[in-house]
Amino acid sequence: MGKSIIDKIWEKHVVHREEGKPDLLYIDLHLVHEVTSPQAFSGLRMKNRRVRRPDRTFATMDHNVPTINRTQIDDEVALNQMTTLEKNCLEFGIELAGIDSPEQGIVHVIGPELGLTQPGKTIVCGDSHTSTHGAFGALAFGIGTSEVEHVLATQTLWQSKPKTLKLEINGKLAEGVTAKDVILYILAKHGIKFGTGHVIEYCGEVVRNMSMEERMTICNMSIEGGARAGLVSPDQTTFDYLWGRKHAPKDEEFEKYVEKWKELASDQDAEYDTIIQIDGNDIAPMVSWGTNPSMTAKVDGRIPTIADCETELERDSLTRALAYMDLKEGQRIEDIKIQHVFIGSCTNSRIEDIRAAASVVKGKQVHPEVRALVVPGSQQVKKRAEAEGLDKVFIEAGFEWRDAGCSMCLSMNADVVPSGEHCASTSNRNFEGRQGAGARTHLVSPQMAAAAALNGHFVDIRKTYATV
Amino acid sequence: MSGFKELTGKAVALDRANVDTDQIIPKQFLKRIEKTGFGRFLFYDWRFKSEGQLNEEFELNKPENDGATILIANENFGCGSSREHAPWALLDYGFKAVIAPSFADIFNQNCLKNGMLPIVLKEEEVKYLLTKGKEKAFALHINLEEQTVKDEDGFTAKFPISAYWKTMLLNGWDEIEITMQLDEQISAFEQKTEMIG
Repeated sequence: MGKSIIDKIWEKHVVHREEGKPDLLYIDLHLVHEVTSPQAFSGLRMKNRRVRRPDRTFATMDHNVPTINRTQIDDEVALNQMTTLEKNCLEFGIELAGIDSPEQGIVHVIGPELGLTQPGKTIVCGDSHTSTHGAFGALAFGIGTSEVEHVLATQTLWQSKPKTLKLEINGKLAEGVTAKDVILYILAKHGIKFGTGHVIEYCGEVVRNMSMEERMTICNMSIEGGARAGLVSPDQTTFDYLWGRKHAPKDEEFEKYVEKWKELASDQDAEYDTIIQIDGNDIAPMVSWGTNPSMTAKVDGRIPTIADCETELERDSLTRALAYMDLKEGQRIEDIKIQHVFIGSCTNSRIEDIRAAASVVKGKQVHPEVRALVVPGSQQVKKRAEAEGLDKVFIEAGFEWRDAGCSMCLSMNADVVPSGEHCASTSNRNFEGRQGAGARTHLVSPQMAAAAALNGHFVDIRKTYATV
Repeated sequence: MSGFKELTGKAVALDRANVDTDQIIPKQFLKRIEKTGFGRFLFYDWRFKSEGQLNEEFELNKPENDGATILIANENFGCGSSREHAPWALLDYGFKAVIAPSFADIFNQNCLKNGMLPIVLKEEEVKYLLTKGKEKAFALHINLEEQTVKDEDGFTAKFPISAYWKTMLLNGWDEIEITMQLDEQISAFEQKTEMIG
């Protein structure tokens, strides 16, 4: 019987196995950021413990950082959190891409960009979107601060082996349909807890044909379906992306690694606990209309009606969501007006995302009633986009062009959507208050966000492509 | 870690599905570098109106629910962000256990690591507790050794928990301390395996 990549990585990382206990799993790479780490470092200090493997730990600051006027930070509490990270990294000998580093950026953008993220690794971070790194065939999952402290101290975690879920996406995506639409479609169809207790392996023709950026977008939102991790078996696309990256193996060493990485791919006859099949031909550009990511519809569709609900709990959730979003049951998605656009976040802020949005925006103007923001995922993405002249495309169209950070995905910094206003956002969560108290978030792809910025409401991007 | 053995306390019902950690503790309160003091920000946007006054309609704000230590919730409680500030806020507010038909994975772990008990009961059992809680505040008794939840009207439910976490909680053991006893094994593993790539 064959093994899945999930089984293969797991078995290679078990340090200690004992009846009646979870496995003690070795962690290859620990990524750290300013928000979920200070209490963990304090914990170490209180017990006089050291960081076991600073060389397998890498830190950056992303959640809190301003994306404009970075030399002057007015928010003292946020500033304290950032300087605390600096002090902790210095004290414990951890490499940090700080606010003025050219390598600074969203932790899930820079890990892959620097070649830290590699196939077969176990990767953790005190952030639920750590699943992003699974795109490389790594077992990557989000952890809480107690677990951050545990990994800092021991480079291991006690983990019960999760169930495995094979999510196979076949068929062909229509032009204008992106990786973001694929994952939103899956959530709309299967809900926000279908993956609970599982690691998802994404496979099938559609995934095979995706770039690394696209695979990262899908793996990123695994947690929105309840799965702590989602991954893709590595292939030539993965190896090509990693070649020449700062922390990737070099020269002949790289070739040796590629041979090992190839062996990680799931065997043809691997068994899974659950299998889900998705028809790529049925996927349209998607727009979330509610207060969790499964409350999503096709752009040419409508918001469901109370009569569509099958249970009391569904009726209650729909009623609450409509009230919060100030939308009506049965309303057409294309009739939803937006006042803000956010292109950024660990889901959609890589160079391909920026290029895709720029291609829609080029030579056009942002709708007069819309405020639109582009926040590149890292300073390196920003630099590359600027070298390609994309910053000018956005600025000339009326967008703001910012420095790297999480920004309006969770609005811990000053980038906030005002109460009652609607935002077309390329981020990953549309929970109540996520982008600001009372803010109303609609999750979309970069292309759909760009098109909404020009029109002041959602439009079907497929029509734009059809007229080109 | 603080342990958990038995608890008799007032239960309050929050009958909403998919309560995410952004609701439990909104992001503007995540900038502090301590573990304590998050209780006053718990469910902030639900507990307070936009002008800062108390929202009297919200379940936790009803005077009869004052001093509750057990939260009864609906399915997929704690979904979303991995922020441990969520259980810190619940604990700091006074909760020591949460009962629901299901929990999100990371939240579930985060609770256990802080000695707060996430109890999974069957849907109909939770429905009974939610319905009862909506009428009036009531007392519940939780016993971890027996793995039971009981009320004063004869309701008894058994809940599952892994042998590992049961032992950890009953003893209040420090997980890092236990792992550090395996230090030699970890070093041996590191020596044996070259960097996996």
